[in-house]
Amino acid sequence: MTTALESETGDLAGSTGFVVALDGFTGPLDLLLHLVREEQIDIADIPVARIADQFLAAIHAFGLNQAADYLEMAGRLIRLKVQLLLPRHGDDGEWIDPRAELVRRLLEYQQIKEIARELARLAERRALRHGRGYLPPPPDLPPVPLTVDLVELLIAVERVVMAIPQPVLHRVITRPLDVEGAVWRIQALLAERNEFDWRAAFGPKPTMVEVLSTLLALLELARRGVCRVRQVTPFAPLVIAREQALPALATA
Amino acid sequence: MSKLSPLSQLLEAALFAANRPLTLDELEGLEPDAAAAEVRTALDELREHYDFDGHAIEIAELAGGYQILTRAVFAMAVERAQAFQRQPRLSAATLETLATIAYRQPVGRAEIEEIRGVNAGGVLRTLQERGLIEVVGRGEALGRPLLYGTTALFLETLGLNDLADLPRAEELTIALQPHRAEADEGDDTALASVEEG
Repeated sequence: MTTALESETGDLAGSTGFVVALDGFTGPLDLLLHLVREEQIDIADIPVARIADQFLAAIHAFGLNQAADYLEMAGRLIRLKVQLLLPRHGDDGEWIDPRAELVRRLLEYQQIKEIARELARLAERRALRHGRGYLPPPPDLPPVPLTVDLVELLIAVERVVMAIPQPVLHRVITRPLDVEGAVWRIQALLAERNEFDWRAAFGPKPTMVEVLSTLLALLELARRGVCRVRQVTPFAPLVIAREQALPALATA
Repeated sequence: MSKLSPLSQLLEAALFAANRPLTLDELEGLEPDAAAAEVRTALDELREHYDFDGHAIEIAELAGGYQILTRAVFAMAVERAQAFQRQPRLSAATLETLATIAYRQPVGRAEIEEIRGVNAGGVLRTLQERGLIEVVGRGEALGRPLLYGTTALFLETLGLNDLADLPRAEELTIALQPHRAEADEGDDTALASVEEG
């Protein structure tokens, strides 16, 4: 008799085995009870030999010989049958009916079955009366697999995007520098004078573009050796002078 | 038609809006000036109002609380009106297991299996998932097995106020005897000696 122990360890291992529910029988005791009822015999005085044979025949017929629960009961019945066939020794005073345990279990199980039917009736009666919204508190179901629809996903994306700091953006507008025009203007001035303030190279209200164009033209002309650029003191205006080696009106 | 007292009206509002049983404590907390006895009287007043003035609802006492429920005769109408889908019925095996736990709690898996003669793992999980039973502790036996008991939802599902309202508790002689707790191991050895005898 190690069933109790085995199921304990089974409990620890989280194993469930498999449950056979066939033709409305919820287990070997259920089947046994059914056979006893069909025979219309007293549970307390079971003809073990006959019932054991019927039980075996039933589980063969149902193809249940793989079900451990039923097999265990079959084994128990056969053992009981053998015990009852053996001649008794000594006084009958010490003799305990080997069927006692089985009878107790059957009676117990019969009661459980009756209670189960009563509970089912109660539950059905209760189910006819509805509470507000008649939603029972949700049972603790295992977490459902994650499901996300498109809208939720987009909302989530928006939240992430919102969390990103706004980048500082600049609009870039191309303003072509007129280096050629500036070169022309400087050369024209150089043709007239040996030396002049660079501010003369652009108009009275120069734009940044004009200043830059002039500066680039100046550097270009200095590179070519057309003019020299001087600065007397730091931050003083540049002075543009004609390169001595070159005659006036030299064309680049 | 009688007119309800202000306290009864307040309780009616709270119960009407609630989708679960409210306990007496919760109801008392709604009106600090009212004594517990007054709340009880007001509840009785409300119950009588529903019962005798022709109402389709009633005050039910469930799992230690109070809830307004529609009367059973209107079940069809309510279900149709709300396109209500009934919870699937519990199977015979599940009900037997539930009955065993209800009358024997706290009870371990080994004892349940001993009574029913079958492996109970899958059924126990189903009952736990449906919120009808829960683990209430661990036993003293080898391996400190989990002990199961019924939940408040079990009482609500069966329309009971208290475990003492379980049917036929006094008639059930064998299955209900609490001898099991200490006889667990003794039982097996007794059987073993019978088998060897």
